[in-house]
Amino acid sequence: MHAAQPIQSPLPAVGIETVGMTMRFGSFTALDDVSIKVRPGSFHALLGENGAGKSTLVKCIMGFYHASAGSLLIDGFDGNVTDPRDAHAKGLGMVYQHFTLVPALTAAENLVISRADVPAVVNWEHEMTGLQAFMAAMPFRVPLSEPVHRLAAGEKQKLEILKQLYLGRRFLILDEPTSVLTPDEADEVLGHVRKLCEAGELSVLMISHKFREVTAFADEVTVLRRGRRVGGGMVADLSHQDMAAMMMGDAKPAAPAAREVTTGETVLALEGVRARDRSGLKEIAIDGLTIRAGEIVGIAGISGNGQMELMEILTGQRPVSAGTIAVKGAPYGATRAEARRHKVRYLPEEPLQNACAPRMTVSENIGFRSFDVDVGGTRFWLAPGEMKRRAARLVTDYKVKTASLDSPIAALSGGNVQRAVLSRELDGEVDILIISNPCFGLDFTAVAEIRSRIMSARNQGTAVLLMSEDLDEILELADRVMVMSEGRLVYECTAAEADIPTIGHHMGGHA
Amino acid sequence: MAVGADIPAPATPLRAWLTGIAGRAEGLLLPVLALLAGFAVFAVFLLLLGKNPATFYALVYKAGFGTAFSWNNTLSRAAPLLFSALCVAVPARLGLVVIGGEGAIVLGGVMAGGLAMLLAGWPAILAMPLLALMAALVGAIWIGAVGALRQWRGVNETIASLLLAYIAIALMNHLVEGPLRDPASLNKPSTAPLAESLRVGDLPGWNVHWGLAVAVVCCILCWVLIERTTTGFGARIAGGNVRAAQVQGLPVTRLVVGFTALGGAFAGLAGYFEVSAVHGSANASLASGYGYTGILVAFLARHNPLAIIPVALLLAGFEASSGLVQRRMDLPDATMTVLQGFVFVSILASETLTGRISLTAWLNRKDTA
Repeated sequence: MHAAQPIQSPLPAVGIETVGMTMRFGSFTALDDVSIKVRPGSFHALLGENGAGKSTLVKCIMGFYHASAGSLLIDGFDGNVTDPRDAHAKGLGMVYQHFTLVPALTAAENLVISRADVPAVVNWEHEMTGLQAFMAAMPFRVPLSEPVHRLAAGEKQKLEILKQLYLGRRFLILDEPTSVLTPDEADEVLGHVRKLCEAGELSVLMISHKFREVTAFADEVTVLRRGRRVGGGMVADLSHQDMAAMMMGDAKPAAPAAREVTTGETVLALEGVRARDRSGLKEIAIDGLTIRAGEIVGIAGISGNGQMELMEILTGQRPVSAGTIAVKGAPYGATRAEARRHKVRYLPEEPLQNACAPRMTVSENIGFRSFDVDVGGTRFWLAPGEMKRRAARLVTDYKVKTASLDSPIAALSGGNVQRAVLSRELDGEVDILIISNPCFGLDFTAVAEIRSRIMSARNQGTAVLLMSEDLDEILELADRVMVMSEGRLVYECTAAEADIPTIGHHMGGHA
Repeated sequence: MAVGADIPAPATPLRAWLTGIAGRAEGLLLPVLALLAGFAVFAVFLLLLGKNPATFYALVYKAGFGTAFSWNNTLSRAAPLLFSALCVAVPARLGLVVIGGEGAIVLGGVMAGGLAMLLAGWPAILAMPLLALMAALVGAIWIGAVGALRQWRGVNETIASLLLAYIAIALMNHLVEGPLRDPASLNKPSTAPLAESLRVGDLPGWNVHWGLAVAVVCCILCWVLIERTTTGFGARIAGGNVRAAQVQGLPVTRLVVGFTALGGAFAGLAGYFEVSAVHGSANASLASGYGYTGILVAFLARHNPLAIIPVALLLAGFEASSGLVQRRMDLPDATMTVLQGFVFVSILASETLTGRISLTAWLNRKDTA
């Protein structure tokens, strides 16, 4: 029953150390002789590009993988973690990028069922007393009796961290904990975590891509590149440039493409469009939206305000009850023939779920746009050779890292799936490009490269509609900024007159 | 950060070649292992009944594949299995699980038996293709309706096809016992026997009807359609991720209705050949379970139309040996159904192992181990 008892007096933080940790998969070395030390009570950041070995390292620490060589010390003693359950028993916990809470249950229920020793019959009165005492002792709290699906993303992430503390974990791995949070939420959550570290109740190893968060909250940093530890030290001694240099080594991120002056006709126009939202209860209402050739229109907004539905309307996945969608003056219904005639391309968010067949190969997935195109028309017989050649060319051009063209696309990392889909959608002439959250969860070399591809498409006369939850991305790329809130476009301004507080107010629906 | 993405291609050409073979073999290995596991569990079942499994499997071999006579028996049972397996495998490429092929077989048979009465005086060269075509059409409408219900009304295709099969069987019983009944059929209500000129004969030199050849050709054509044409590729995209197919502007509704209808047409053909080559008239023997065994065939073949051919032969052999096994070993006639049940459960269970038993990984592991 020991784990069942709420932690009354804070346990001391647990420190860990990896010594010469090496992990090989077949002939590939994912982690090469990495030694890092997280002192008890410190907030340690782990930086690295996609594929640098960050996930492998933390999976070795948590016992998901057994390292090929090297060892783990917990509080200076031999850790010898056999599996994740063992890691938990030794006080190590992990908070994932995506939530692991049961949405329909309350916070209290989520906390109780996460224990290893839930009794067959739960005495809720007793549990609630215990949970309230536990909450009272914490520096931050969440409402216990509210179902989790009603909590905001920031609250959920706080609950994830509280759950770890409730389970008696005193060393936490945070895997990109703020990727689903707004900047304010992120600051609040990390601020609380930082306080727990300062109080000596917790040690943290945080995987992050965001330098700002590393500087603001971490005290030490370790940088991995291609499976090796390439640098690190006290955060106070390092500038963003230093960290970026360590992460990238000799590689230089693509320089932002310059914005050229373009002129063009209106190519995409929505007028009086009405549709149901996902819940079927609210209405999506786009009164007027036009985009001209050579222009990027950015739609800012908090996730869940109708961006996904707008994307579905434009891809023909969601029926429209009123209004018109016109491309180059002609009505547009998003059929394959229309999309091809008008050269309309799409990059939906989370491309693996929305734009790929995960179990089909990389080369087949890259062929989705072109498999039935022949010179001057459509073809009946597949041309596997041509499909392969096209995929090979695009994989090289867009630097997609894949073991082979015949690997299932689901085996690729997020950034590489994104590059593969982008290569498919940007190949050839593109007149209209409709994108949603193109850089979600990617590291900054990938982000810079993808943004520069979008900008250069614009410079060549493509009309771009960019929906993004990342306001910085919109401000960097867009010529015109619009704000979407509760299914409507509520604000519009040019990039020059864009003012973050004003846009923020409109995003929150307060203006 | 998926680490798997970074596992490099094997270094040497020999290793690459072996890995290629292994990658293909994995698809074969898993169903074969599952089949053997099903046989093993069934052997335990026989032991519990006090029967000798070795005798059983020896008898199955003898009655299914041992002699020219048993081969004939097996092959003529394979034809309806091939067709009904296609009725499962073709929609499966779109991610649909259609299990009601029995209904389309039955209705295809009734259509052939009933229509043949009207076409008695027609020349065979016109009447036979027309009968086959109409039987296929009825099957196509029946299973195509399942696809249409799913696409426009959101009805689960598995449940709908199964329930429609019961309706089809009831419809057949009504027709052959009522409006279409031949007054001369006393003990077993049937439609009037087909005119001799409309009967489908045997393959030259074989004791097996033409349905087998047509079925094999259909399997090959389906493979070509799915693997070599752009329509098939579009269907595979929609089967792999329907949202991706929609974003690509593919006609998903047309594909779903078209592929379910195509599957149904094959089942309808099975009914046609059962009536015109085997029974000679439409009656309750049409609902003899080929539609359900076809599900097992398609799943064992992993919905690959070419793999359906050997798998259908194997299971047809089991069906063919059923009579002998009953007589010699004094086993009930449900024995073969029990065996099929064990094999099916073990096939479904093996699906969860896909990608876990990996020859490729094992080959590349040898280096470091």
